[in-house]
Amino acid sequence: MEFTEDQLQRYSRHIILPEVGGKGQKKLLNAKVFIIGAGGLGCPVGYYLAAAGVGTIGMIDNDTVELSNLQRQIAHSTRTLGMPKIDSAKNTFEALNPDVKVVGIKERISKDNIKDLIKCYDVVVDGSDNFPTRYLVNDACVMLKKPLVSGAILRFEGQVTTILPGDGHCYRCLFEEMPPAGLVPSCQEAGVIGAITGVVGSLQALEVVKLILGKGEVLKNTLLIYDALRTTFRRVKIPKNPDCPVCGSKPTITELQDYDAGYCRL
Amino acid sequence: MEEVKVSKSINIKGLVCPYTFVKAKLAIEEMELGEVLEILLDYEEASRSIPKSMEDHGQKVLKVEKINDTDWQLVIRKEKE
Repeated sequence: MEFTEDQLQRYSRHIILPEVGGKGQKKLLNAKVFIIGAGGLGCPVGYYLAAAGVGTIGMIDNDTVELSNLQRQIAHSTRTLGMPKIDSAKNTFEALNPDVKVVGIKERISKDNIKDLIKCYDVVVDGSDNFPTRYLVNDACVMLKKPLVSGAILRFEGQVTTILPGDGHCYRCLFEEMPPAGLVPSCQEAGVIGAITGVVGSLQALEVVKLILGKGEVLKNTLLIYDALRTTFRRVKIPKNPDCPVCGSKPTITELQDYDAGYCRL
Repeated sequence: MEEVKVSKSINIKGLVCPYTFVKAKLAIEEMELGEVLEILLDYEEASRSIPKSMEDHGQKVLKVEKINDTDWQLVIRKEKE
């Protein structure tokens, strides 16, 4: 594939980087990334990956755009209120970069559809807002050996980690079981400062770009915690648990389960 | 300077930064280690910035010469992928 003149201009700041170059830019254009959620995290992740020229972006979300989303979900707008979030995001990303194909799926992700949805993608990004989805995505990615960049935000705090199944830790090595419903407050209950989605989503987008390029170091066996009030980043080592119920040597979770029981969703 | 065999030659006259370097970098990426790239250009700033950037990227600059009133010739050997 040869670059068009438009592409040379669009990606010039990438191409002149030693870590990217023309070869790296072609890897980005050929890459397929699946994003869970078109909300606070999915918006900046998808926005930057679209700008970077990631050729195929899959995205699943079952919600429509509400006014209360717009304080942080920057791919949507006042004009797209009431529209399915995946359609709103697709319009935004494809308007930014016509090289990008956005495959939007207006469904809820579940144990029944997740494997089929992610199997053709190179990297999965979790931008979901609840524990059942977080554990479902982790377990499915471990089972299919898909790299997973997981992010989470609440109030003024955010977390990012990168899961490389078979190599590093997984989410269950860190927190084996889901917290009981109601123990951890949701954004709806506790609030979230808008710009933190940009920080955490941009960190996730960069993890994805590094995975595609094969450059640098990702957050393998590491949880990065950002405290926006104190403006601090903390790296916490997360060793792989040899007895992990999903990625350990003798896994007890070998099929996806019903993760939603007892949980309410935003 | 001993004669070097030029493997590839590009003419980027009329281009300005950063496209001068974009074109030069894409050209050298597709070459083999040890091969030599000749670049003809007429944008003065690039006659300084391309050699510097190429060296930063690990390539060997063999020649930078003003060949007439408007044009420069650069000769660069690929030493790093």
